[in-house]
Amino acid sequence: MSPVDGAGLSNPNLPVDQAVSEGRVPGRREEEIPELHEVGCPAELQERIEALMGRYPDRKSASIPALWAVQERYGWCTPEGIRQAAAVMRVTPAYLESVASFYDLLHTEAVGTHRIEVCTNISCWMRGGDELLDAFEAAAAGEDVFVTGFECLGACDIAPMASIDQRYYGPLEAAEAQTAIDQLREGAEVLPAKALSARPLAADLPGGAASPAPDAGSYGAGAEEDTDG
Amino acid sequence: MADPRETRVLLAHAEDPALRTLDGYKRLAGGYAPLEKAYREMEQDEVLKELEDSGLRGRGGAGFSMGKKASFLPRGEMAKYLCCNADESEPGAFKDRELMQHNPHQLIEGIAIAALAADAGHAFIFIRGEYAAQADILDAAVAEAYEAGYLGTNILGTHRDLELVVHRGAGAYICGEETALLDALEGKRGNPRLKPPFPAVQGLYGGPTLVNNVETLSNAPHIVRNGAEWFRQFGTEQSPGTKVVSVSGGVRRPGNYEVELGIPTRELIFGLAGGPEPGHEVKAFYPGGSSSPVLTPAELDLPYSFEAMAEAGSMLGSGSIIVADDRVSIPHMALRTARFYHHESCGKCTPCREGTNWTVKMLERVVRGEATPMDLDIISSVQSNIMGHCLCVLGDSMAMPVSAMVSKFRAEFEEVMASAGAPLDVETALAAVQGPAETLGAST
Repeated sequence: MSPVDGAGLSNPNLPVDQAVSEGRVPGRREEEIPELHEVGCPAELQERIEALMGRYPDRKSASIPALWAVQERYGWCTPEGIRQAAAVMRVTPAYLESVASFYDLLHTEAVGTHRIEVCTNISCWMRGGDELLDAFEAAAAGEDVFVTGFECLGACDIAPMASIDQRYYGPLEAAEAQTAIDQLREGAEVLPAKALSARPLAADLPGGAASPAPDAGSYGAGAEEDTDG
Repeated sequence: MADPRETRVLLAHAEDPALRTLDGYKRLAGGYAPLEKAYREMEQDEVLKELEDSGLRGRGGAGFSMGKKASFLPRGEMAKYLCCNADESEPGAFKDRELMQHNPHQLIEGIAIAALAADAGHAFIFIRGEYAAQADILDAAVAEAYEAGYLGTNILGTHRDLELVVHRGAGAYICGEETALLDALEGKRGNPRLKPPFPAVQGLYGGPTLVNNVETLSNAPHIVRNGAEWFRQFGTEQSPGTKVVSVSGGVRRPGNYEVELGIPTRELIFGLAGGPEPGHEVKAFYPGGSSSPVLTPAELDLPYSFEAMAEAGSMLGSGSIIVADDRVSIPHMALRTARFYHHESCGKCTPCREGTNWTVKMLERVVRGEATPMDLDIISSVQSNIMGHCLCVLGDSMAMPVSAMVSKFRAEFEEVMASAGAPLDVETALAAVQGPAETLGAST
């Protein structure tokens, strides 16, 4: 791949040899780009993708946001949805498929209405992430809920944790998996006490480092018990 | 009230939810005064000089001087770009999440100031797709900043323009690598590019591009407000400033703690994060995210700075400490680490694609007891054949911790192999695979 492909089209400051840049320009094979009238793209999806394209100097930058929009509308990146987005963006469906299949959060196969990613990476693994995943899988059996193990979600402070419908919860007990699934089914608020959004900085938690701590003197393994506030 | 061991600059006022709003940011933190100062009273070179003099080093992993990086962008009339790397995906790192969640305007202001230093007219925040809540917070904050005239055209009537777009990724660790990030932002699969040309010369859409981490950029308003000298009073000579350190794993109070660089590592792990659960001890720790070579308890008293970690043969990286207590099996932790990099390898370079794959297979054999005595040496040799042989450092990021674990905890690897029933000498191993030694000789 050339480090400059696409550059000649979007950056008029930089004369780029088309022979270098043409290889991966997704709009090159005009005949493979579906026409809008062929794909039956819903008007609001079309408007949304057009607005997304308008945010970038190069319309192709909107491919990931457009696929998010497709996934939001159809539940996953359906072949029809991808064709619709491709027609709006004037790129080939294959190009968008290549993008969708690269990223873990874009699904190219049907998934449930609710999606749960359970972190099983190092910090969560140490604190029971694998067991939490098992608990979620067991609780979600027969439900319209997609559960998957996931690499580090960037919330090791609340390990073990899970992302439920794109919001973070933790630290979770294995038993809370069933509670969360029940709440999803009933349309209730999910584990409100475990939502990351409600959590202060670690040191400001009750019993955190900022509270008057008995172990403020010497540190070492086996420091005194914390006074849990 | 913060702990006296913490020095909250970036995380100051984070306990107040009002900080997220533009009004709250101005009231609590004196927000956007630095932006006004920079745009109204300072020239590009003055901003650049202040950043360079501060000695601020990149907080994303490499630790390169932020001011110097910005000064590499060519001058002249052309489209230049600024990308904020908010694709925090390194296992163990969660500081940028906290910074964006509590103080989005500090980042936006930092981006506006850095854009002035780099003369960039278009900026992007590339935030990892998993951080949906934080992306929503940023979207709201960016809208407020546009409304108030801190972004957009003719900022504060100074004839300077800056467009800022929050771009959500979709789940790929590799996009934290700056050139893969640029590809992803251009709407492609996130594959790294060959360097040089470096992004400062030819980056996004082929234009000069400055790529900086969230925490790095969040420092810019404070440096412009208080000056480079003020910044240098924190930390050490070579690692000035404060650092938000993510501490996780086997500690009682995992979380983000903002400290001056150079404080003893023990203070972070035991003092602030509470140390391991009662009755347990630190066995090993990653000092800078999962890609840093693990250190042992003997290294707990090292100062937590870029230079001290490098001297100890590891790295400060993104500033993320993962503590393994004495209950953790190091071979299993090595496997867990290798599996991550195997999953995230984009597959473009052979040493990384095949090396991560085979490392996982060999480590699986080790923990299952199917390994041969040569496997540990082969694992080590695979790691050294990955290092430095790929376009980006993803493969190295596995090679460094795995080879450190194998060399520092070799006895434990052998113990695990033996207890799982693996033969530890070559003859027994060969016999197990090929039958008794004499038939081996007869057949050749």
